[in-house]
Amino acid sequence: MTGAQIAANALEGIRHGERKRLAAQLFNGFMYGAIGLAFLALVALIGQTAVKGLPGLSLQFFTNFPSRINPSTSGAQSAIVGTVYLTLLTAVFVIPVGIATALYLEEYADKTRWWNRLIEVNIQNLAAVPSVVYGILGLAFIVRGPLGIGPVLLAGGLTLGLLVLPVVIIVARESIRAVPPSIRDGALALGATKWQTVSRQVLPSARAGIVTGVILSLSRAIGETAPLLVIGAASSPRFNPSGLNDAFTALPIQIFTWTQDPNPQFVDQAATASIVLLLILLGMNGIAIVLRNRYEQRW
Amino acid sequence: MGSRSFSATVTNRGGELSSLDESLPEPTGAEVLPGESVRTSEVMSSLDHHEKGIPTSDAGLGMTIFDCQDVEVFYGSHQAIRDVSLSFGLREVTALIGPSGCGKSTFLRCLNRMNDLIPGAKVGGHVIYHGQDLYAPEIDPVQVRKRIGMVFQKPNPFPKSIYDNVAFGPRVVGMEGDMDEIVERALVRGALWEEVKDRLDENAFGMSGGQQQRLCIARALATDPDVLLMDEPCSALDPISTGRIEDLMSELKERISIVIVTHNMQQAARVSDKTAFFNVELAADEKSRTGVVVEYDATETIFTNPSDKRTEDYVTGKFG
Repeated sequence: MTGAQIAANALEGIRHGERKRLAAQLFNGFMYGAIGLAFLALVALIGQTAVKGLPGLSLQFFTNFPSRINPSTSGAQSAIVGTVYLTLLTAVFVIPVGIATALYLEEYADKTRWWNRLIEVNIQNLAAVPSVVYGILGLAFIVRGPLGIGPVLLAGGLTLGLLVLPVVIIVARESIRAVPPSIRDGALALGATKWQTVSRQVLPSARAGIVTGVILSLSRAIGETAPLLVIGAASSPRFNPSGLNDAFTALPIQIFTWTQDPNPQFVDQAATASIVLLLILLGMNGIAIVLRNRYEQRW
Repeated sequence: MGSRSFSATVTNRGGELSSLDESLPEPTGAEVLPGESVRTSEVMSSLDHHEKGIPTSDAGLGMTIFDCQDVEVFYGSHQAIRDVSLSFGLREVTALIGPSGCGKSTFLRCLNRMNDLIPGAKVGGHVIYHGQDLYAPEIDPVQVRKRIGMVFQKPNPFPKSIYDNVAFGPRVVGMEGDMDEIVERALVRGALWEEVKDRLDENAFGMSGGQQQRLCIARALATDPDVLLMDEPCSALDPISTGRIEDLMSELKERISIVIVTHNMQQAARVSDKTAFFNVELAADEKSRTGVVVEYDATETIFTNPSDKRTEDYVTGKFG
């Protein structure tokens, strides 16, 4: 074989790079089409909401209570305040319980024991249960039944807490698992106890993921309508909840109520409330992104 | 003799220390008999002298710090090592060499009870440290690890500042005194102070690999252990960083004992006083592999005049 032949063999195929195969081009086109479709649907939805809702977005919308009679003086104050309270309550309930459960399962549980495996499987299944089922659970056990506290703010917070708890646990576990074992070994070899290792090294290293996960779970809770409807949130109350044992409403409930109204002006108010809800969600997701970028630990 | 004993240096935090303290011999001044293992208080007292600038006393040289008898480790039903009986001298460097999978690291992790952390691991035999069996039921493994430092194969700094990395150990064991001084002393002993004194607040992840490993050594030294266990500390480092750590080891030897696992035979020859050669023994069915000690002697003897053929084959590079 001559030198020229060796070179020709080695280079064979290299020059064919320009000729893209048809299948690859088709698949490319399919992917862009899919993205375009999803994007189009989103733009259409937001566009329509904006066209209908933006004219109603005024200070009055935030300061007035919902009206049943006069759309021009109607607002969403009780729904916005209710949503803020509900979110805070859910967070208070879900953060300690979720992180503690995740820590137990990742750091302490003996995975060869059947009960620990049972807990694990159950949590994964619970994360996939439809939210209306949590509403029924809340109605049966919190509103009525053993707790029997009635359709009040606390019941709403506890129900939404139960709803997002499995997700918080799963996200927190993933963040804790991402901390390399060498960090635990390093701390334990210095004479730290198990708890010192977990609380001073593992948890701080996992905090970015945990905080992000909690915020994203809470933004899921904010948008939930079904469980709150089932447990009996008030519709269009003209007062803010004054305590844990007071009736409440939330933005999704208010939106739902308004869309049921025969008066089209109230339906437009539903669009305005949707914009407010979207802005709150965007804000929370923004905070999550900022926190993640700031505290994320790369190993 | 200095009056401060180890238990005075390390404050009792919620009674955590009591178990090991009670089981260790009482401080008895200068009553150490030749051949008897040196007591903790003796070791710590001589450390105090050193701190005050008085040269290290020779008391205790030639004595044993670890006396291991028939140590065996099971992972589940698999026996990882068996019949390991070795004793390590005070302020000596002992190297553990041998092919991969021969149980050197497993054995090393028995010395500070790190094997307790592996699910399914079971340790048999006796590991006698200053006259106390570390596997006696009344011993708290957390207390053991406070006294016996460890450096791992891959540098594992905490994702925190350099200062916080070093201060972590003293904080968790509740060491008294000025934390800035404790951190500075540890970094000086770890031969890192000059390089990092102006950037103690920076994240340790920004250091080079060699610096990270010296930080891990400084971190282990911060709690004043009298033994340092090193598990292939240089295997992830370049030759220059390796050289610095070897220099550091010969300095540290003045005050503490070192047990080092290494794959690098030149390193074992350079840094150690004694060398133990581990080898893999195949079971009759050739399915399970168990580590055993083939030969343990002065490093020079192991490398120039070994008595076992397998040792000779290994150190001359015929297998491994």
